[in-house]
Amino acid sequence: MSTPTGNERFDPSTTLWRDGRPVYDRRDTVCVVGAGASGLAAVKNLREHGFGVDCYERETSVGGAWNWRHDRSPVYASTHLISSKPFTQFPDFPMPDTWPDYPHHSQLLSYLERYAAHFDLLPHVWFGTEVVKIEPADDTSWDVTTRSSGGYGSERTHRYLAVVIANGHNWQPKVPTFEGLDEFRGQTMHASSYKDPKELRGRRVLVVGGGNTGCDIAVEAATAATQTWHSTRRGYWYLPKYLLGRPTDQVNDRMQAARLPLGMRQWLAARTLRLTVGDQSRFGLPKPDHKVFETHPIANSQLIYHLGHGTITPVPDVRRFHRSSVELTDGRHVEADVVVFATGYLPRFEFLAPEILGADEHGRPTLYLHAFPREHPTLAVAGLLQPDSGLFPLVHWQTVLIARWLRLRDRDLQRAAAFWSRASADVGKRWNRARVKDSTRHWFEVNHVDYLRELQRALDELSPATATTARSAR
Amino acid sequence: MTSVRIMRTRDWADPVPPARRELLTATPEIADEGKPPVLFVPGFGHGAWAYAEHWLEHAAARGFAAHAVSPRGHGASAPAPKATLRAYAHDVVQEAARLPRQAVLVGHGAGALVVAHALARYPAKAGVLAAPVFGGWGTLGLALRRNLFGTLPAAFGGRLRLGRRQLFGRELPDAQARGYAKRVGHASAKAQWELLRARPPEHPVGDPPVLVVGTPDDRVVPRTALDKVARRYGGAPLLFPGMGHDLMLDARWQEPIDAILDWLEKDGN
Ligand SMILES: Cc1cc2nc3c(=O)[nH]c(=O)nc-3n(C[C@H](O)[C@H](O)[C@H](O)COP(=O)(O)OP(=O)(O)OC[C@H]3O[C@@H](n4cnc5c(N)ncnc54)[C@H](O)[C@@H]3O)c2cc1C
Ligand SMILES: NC(=O)c1ccc[n+]([C@@H]2O[C@H](COP(=O)([O-])OP(=O)(O)OC[C@H]3O[C@@H](n4cnc5c(N)ncnc54)[C@H](OP(=O)(O)O)[C@@H]3O)[C@@H](O)[C@H]2O)c1
Repeated sequence: MSTPTGNERFDPSTTLWRDGRPVYDRRDTVCVVGAGASGLAAVKNLREHGFGVDCYERETSVGGAWNWRHDRSPVYASTHLISSKPFTQFPDFPMPDTWPDYPHHSQLLSYLERYAAHFDLLPHVWFGTEVVKIEPADDTSWDVTTRSSGGYGSERTHRYLAVVIANGHNWQPKVPTFEGLDEFRGQTMHASSYKDPKELRGRRVLVVGGGNTGCDIAVEAATAATQTWHSTRRGYWYLPKYLLGRPTDQVNDRMQAARLPLGMRQWLAARTLRLTVGDQSRFGLPKPDHKVFETHPIANSQLIYHLGHGTITPVPDVRRFHRSSVELTDGRHVEADVVVFATGYLPRFEFLAPEILGADEHGRPTLYLHAFPREHPTLAVAGLLQPDSGLFPLVHWQTVLIARWLRLRDRDLQRAAAFWSRASADVGKRWNRARVKDSTRHWFEVNHVDYLRELQRALDELSPATATTARSAR
Repeated sequence: MTSVRIMRTRDWADPVPPARRELLTATPEIADEGKPPVLFVPGFGHGAWAYAEHWLEHAAARGFAAHAVSPRGHGASAPAPKATLRAYAHDVVQEAARLPRQAVLVGHGAGALVVAHALARYPAKAGVLAAPVFGGWGTLGLALRRNLFGTLPAAFGGRLRLGRRQLFGRELPDAQARGYAKRVGHASAKAQWELLRARPPEHPVGDPPVLVVGTPDDRVVPRTALDKVARRYGGAPLLFPGMGHDLMLDARWQEPIDAILDWLEKDGN
């Protein structure tokens, strides 16, 4: 492809200097990192609020995780959504009526491509350009250093009014370490590199991890492999994709709309599952060590089906590896040819000094609404959310909030200061009424209703109309 | 840029069911990338056909990709006797989002109210409200005075019949007026009732420019109502005296559409 890299196209009229390097001034422009769902929403909503935008994308096309052509894409051939359409589409750009409740990943990619074309976002995206460093400049602006993804060409630095990081959190595999893994003679892989059930055909497969990926792959193995074990380190609530004749998330939202208290919803959900799915321990699964909604929801109707047909054998956590077998915590050995680690992904912000996002001792950012760092009002993260629903509506309103916030900052410093001091008090707050299980993956788990209500409150505070009424009421 | 409502539990928990929709299209001979696609939305009882008579081809001749949708229960779309305003707005947003680029929404009559609701859900390039019927009991009062027997049943959930003299000016030949009036059907009883209750549309998303056009001689929409709608969107109506309510079918249909397209070329972009 002959797309110019981001670095070649600007007229470097104003050149500043930083540590002896030239810095090209893009001062009124906002930089967006990534052109996945979150980055595209950021570009659109910033443009809609009148900002110039430069978006950098290290791949050569849009779509992020949903673009299976990208090496780092975590999707596999059979991936279908787990959140039904109304929860997955952007609120201002619905998916076609003719699509099913749970579209296929290729439909998601075409949806994102159409979104980018419809709102004319592509002229603002610079493909094949990786952001390697983001540093605060002397005032509140940012110096962003990029280089072409191939690694050739030199680095270039531009100065931006603000930066929105939308780099996604499902591409850096979280690979567990086990004793004896080196001597194991079977094949091991992380789910991120698993693409097709062909890879499992005729083999004995152990899938580790009970997130949505682990459950999906176990189901694929059930029909392709000669034997499938599914190892989980706790019991989970396996929600079917349909409940009472409707997509499960839609049924759940009816309950939330009725403002039933959490305890009641948990009871009702557990009851409904009991009546429809039945007693999970009958299938050899451990009892969940938590209530419904306290771990990231699993939506999978087929897992229980295969457990019931004996085509998947549930097993406990892995203790260690041997030369030709895997030892489980109950002492059993399974002789697997392939082990797939569906153990999740790690958020990564390698281009940024960790303290900028207020990283804690585990390196997890501490932000307001999982988006705004306390000390840096012109930096925001979009899409760093693990919602119990689809991501797109949340990230849409999150990026609208970011755009409004940046607008308010240049129009009304006084109100901006008031908002910021209020928001600072909520830095690090979790937006989930349920007591989510303490696990490596749950620190940014949000309940979509709790989260959107807080977004609504923040948007109301930033809207000029509220400002006038508030003023005239004084 | 006022605040927005982001909690849409109803749309999440109980989405509008799909329905087959009619979409008529006129494509310009020379595609002009600078001109946004235009999506026309007919008023209650009308279908996409009302635009296919003149406006679609005219807009295409001036370089705009032009489309007209029949909301469910209208024109050749699937029957929908229980449809709500929400379902009509859904149909419009669905068609708008299917277009390759950000579209201009043009609504006529109660279709303008449908467009106003759609503008709150889809960031249109621009909005045009032609002879807008935003409803309320005033609308009913006027309709009763003008056409008692056509209107009365509608007040009780029956069918609303607009007379041809309400819809067209005197210049339109009688036979033609009769022909059009015969094609006019009616919206669902529920939607008619919602029109009377007149839930005001939410603020448009993305702050599009909005133009209101109408005629002071409209026998469905009084001048005061035109002004009121225009004020809502921060402007004054563009007026075409001597025409009837159905601006796109009346004898002088070309004047308003030219004015709309001129405005799109100037301000709507
Ligand atoms: C198997 C699977 C299924 C899923 N199913 C659902 C579902 O059903 N519903 C749902 O809502 N969500 C689902 N998700 C979550 C999914 O991650 C989100 O829907 C969405 O793709 C996140 O978009 P994003 O833009 O935040 O991140 P990404 O899609 O990961 O995009 C980030 C982009 O940033 C680019 N980038 C990263 N670093 C740099 C850099 N330094 N410089 C330049 N560019 C950079 C990347 O190349 C990428 O294109 C699923 C995830 C997985 C793994
Ligand atoms: N079809 C779909 O749409 C679909 C498919 C796949 C994924 N997704 C989404 O993509 C995201 C990532 O999902 P994911 O399933 O890949 O990851 P995930 O949700 O982080 O799940 C990881 C699983 O591995 C377990 N685990 C983690 N480390 C482990 C270790 N060291 N040893 C043993 N087990 C370990 C976790 O257990 P704990 O319970 O203890 O944390 C959890 O069961 C989620 O948002 C998910 O909803 C969607």
